Amino acid sequence: MTPAASPIDFTRTHAPSPFHARLLDHTITQNWATWNGYQTPRVADTVASEYFAIRSACSVMDLTPMEKYRITGPDAGDYLNRLVTRDVTKLKPGRVAYAVWCNDMGRVIDDGTIFHLSEGVYRLCAQHHQLDWLLLSSIGFDVTITKETHDVAALAVQGPTSFSVLSAAGIQGLDTLKPFGITSVDVAGIPVTVSRTGFTGDLGYELWMDPEHALDIWDIIFNVKFERGLYDIRVIGLDALEMVRIEAGFIMPGFDFNTADTAVRADFDRSPYELGLGWLVDLKKPHYTGKRALVAEHARPAKSRLIKLILDGNKVPSGSFLFDREGGENVGAVMAQTWSPILKRALALGDITLRKGQVPSELWAEIYYQKELKWKLHWAKGTVTDKPFWSHPRRSATPPHST
Amino acid sequence: MAQPNYDAIIIGAGHNGLTNAAFLAKAGLDVLVLEKNDHIGGATVSRELEPGWFYSNCSYVCSLFRPEIYQALDLGRHGLEIVPLQGSVTFSQNGDYFGSYHQSDIKRREIARHSQRDADAAIRFDADLMKWCRLIRGMLLRTPPDPGSFKARDAFEFAFLLKKFYELSEAQLYEFIRFFTMSIADYLAEYFENDLILAHFSGGSIIGTGLGVYSPGTAYVLLHHAMGDVDGNVGSWGFARGGMGSVAAALASAFQSLGGTLQDSATVAKINVNDGITTGVTLTNGDVIDAKCVVSNLDAKRTFLNLMEEKDLPPKLVERAKTFKIRGSSGKLNIALDGMPEFPALPKGSPLTLGHMHFSDTLERLERAYDDWKDDRWSEDPYVDLLVPSQYDPTVAPPGKHMMSVFVQYCPVEPDGGWTSEKRDAFGKTVIDQIADYSPNFKDLLVHTEVRTPNEIENEVGLTGGNIFQGELTLDQLLFNRPFPGYAQYRGPAQGMYMCGSSNHPGGGVMGAPGANAAREILRDLKKPDVTPQDFGDD
Repeated sequence: MTPAASPIDFTRTHAPSPFHARLLDHTITQNWATWNGYQTPRVADTVASEYFAIRSACSVMDLTPMEKYRITGPDAGDYLNRLVTRDVTKLKPGRVAYAVWCNDMGRVIDDGTIFHLSEGVYRLCAQHHQLDWLLLSSIGFDVTITKETHDVAALAVQGPTSFSVLSAAGIQGLDTLKPFGITSVDVAGIPVTVSRTGFTGDLGYELWMDPEHALDIWDIIFNVKFERGLYDIRVIGLDALEMVRIEAGFIMPGFDFNTADTAVRADFDRSPYELGLGWLVDLKKPHYTGKRALVAEHARPAKSRLIKLILDGNKVPSGSFLFDREGGENVGAVMAQTWSPILKRALALGDITLRKGQVPSELWAEIYYQKELKWKLHWAKGTVTDKPFWSHPRRSATPPHST
Repeated sequence: MAQPNYDAIIIGAGHNGLTNAAFLAKAGLDVLVLEKNDHIGGATVSRELEPGWFYSNCSYVCSLFRPEIYQALDLGRHGLEIVPLQGSVTFSQNGDYFGSYHQSDIKRREIARHSQRDADAAIRFDADLMKWCRLIRGMLLRTPPDPGSFKARDAFEFAFLLKKFYELSEAQLYEFIRFFTMSIADYLAEYFENDLILAHFSGGSIIGTGLGVYSPGTAYVLLHHAMGDVDGNVGSWGFARGGMGSVAAALASAFQSLGGTLQDSATVAKINVNDGITTGVTLTNGDVIDAKCVVSNLDAKRTFLNLMEEKDLPPKLVERAKTFKIRGSSGKLNIALDGMPEFPALPKGSPLTLGHMHFSDTLERLERAYDDWKDDRWSEDPYVDLLVPSQYDPTVAPPGKHMMSVFVQYCPVEPDGGWTSEKRDAFGKTVIDQIADYSPNFKDLLVHTEVRTPNEIENEVGLTGGNIFQGELTLDQLLFNRPFPGYAQYRGPAQGMYMCGSSNHPGGGVMGAPGANAAREILRDLKKPDVTPQDFGDD
């Protein structure tokens, strides 16, 4: 038996991220969450200031905890095309694609982004732990799959001034980088990979580097604020991110729906169609995991749907049940919700049971809320939308806006 | 001597006998419990054999006990408190260890230390195990249907059973049938790659069985041990504060508060049957006590072969009782310690001593331990489940001192030439030497040791062959096959004769479910209101 690695530190639930020293300085609340074994701020300062850093200025978030897998070898591209439901054979080096992957029953295991870093070299970023599934799926393919979550430090720099901040920090060439593009840059002698990707629905970038250089890159970026006073830059926590990701209509496997590998009860998992991700399913491409089930499902009326719902009024439907009319029949429940400061609306993602494949003509949320600890009940009518709740031209404009 | 005429006599004050008795008393019956020992509890017993130390002499953890019964009998008010147990560890021969920490983030990091892939596979493993747990847990507080019966109630129960299956998808149903019949080694191989992790997770599936890690059916035994929960934390085991005797004491207190009568040092010689109708019992001292019904908490073999006359039984039943699989395979050491033993492989301050400790680091060593048992020898290199409850429980040892419970797999019912006190001591020494291999100061701390082979367990507790489950937990002896086909509804062959021990569905482990289920059937026959609890349900 080969001796394993040195003992873990059992005195804390999390390991320090490469950015931990700086996160400590910026998280003045000490309001932490554990994300994938790392300590990450839930709120660093105030949710409002962090939200508006994302929507009005420049935000920074430690992305290191996100699961990252390096996939290489002669069959790497074929392997990924067999894994996910969309056609990624056209994904060129230097490009990123969002994808979901399913089990044989066509139920979603996770979602993530595929980075084609260089010819035949890929990085898969996932919400949940996937090494077991990725290796099971690799049978018959000449690929090497390595978990590199802890070997790559990652930083999200998002917001209207993110391009300006990074340019001021000495990162060149971002003016021509399109959404979902990847470029390699040199920052004061440090190699950094930059992708124009993010989870905010806004202009933004993600920076990937050796953990050894993490603090240097952090300081180079924050010097734009602290040394030179050019732009405001703020660390954000998970709570602010939750607001903007709902505004942008992004979903969170394991939170908005049960992932197929963790669902215990039959039919408690979801298909891509039921999540509104039918656009990610290619029924024409050659065989991939779950295809047969998805072809069959596509021919039937859908049973459920994760919908985007805009509620009347100003009450946020936390954990609310959804009904087909005020006091009517229960048709589902809210899975995620936020108040949108930029839209001045209550937004929700709701999981509902369809009727003959159709969303009920009316949807109402039963909202319990407190005023000075007194519980009250409010019924709010909702409107279903297929589009992201919020989007802005600066998200995709190239060259990017400077503010 | 004239004795009052009882509504019901329960033979044996084990936890199932007391549970049964308490529910019958709660329904207003006049109930007598007879216990052969001078102390109650059967295998849920705590005894002070060394002043200041209280051993859980037999059963030693409590996770399967049904919370529905706890609630219905108000056992918290009768002194029962079940404290969750924290984690587990397997030491390896190369000086390393695998710790299944009770904190989930730390546990995940520790699995990843041994295998990144296994850390991710553990998620799939947990979810799959939970599927089977849900299925089985829903059946615990139900009387199994009789598939050969045309009675409406049996048809309804059978439909329930099938519905439980159909809540699984078709694919899951097939997986479940595989799971029921697989060996733990084969089952775990579908998830994990690391030898130490495989050994660690397989241990629970051989505890109490006459099976090895490669024997078909052991995967189910893992489930049987994993399906318990403490306050909703499924899979976590607990200690009864004060030791397992607290379970029996709380049940006895509840029973007596409901008007029941408990008589110890009263050994039943015979269940009296007249023309197919049960009339009461005869004690070994010759006393005859009459009752409308008699409930045996003894295992199926003892009940039918020792307490009943063959002429009162159908011949087929006698045959079934004779061939009932109830092979003992476990021993137990209970140890009073002068202090907390050191385990130098663990880092200073490690929380891993708080949970189960094991020393079998490969499946092969586990299988070899089983091989010894098949040869009627105790394992030279046994699998142990070692716990030091005094780290949490201030009532079982003096301050600063400790009480250790060491469950040992495997130990034969009868070694070559039978048990002698020398052989028993040699068995104990084997176990103590193994522990000392991992804890250099262990032997210096020994104050008192109780060594129990299946021989002691049978003679003191009355479990045939010392089998802790009152009968092997294999598919041929589970559900409507437990203990025998046609007798899985707690009713014996004579009118007014019932069985409430772990020989009956859902089997062993300190659950109380057989006792409660039997009470439900008795009350139904007596046309009394059902005071037994309904399953809380899982959804």
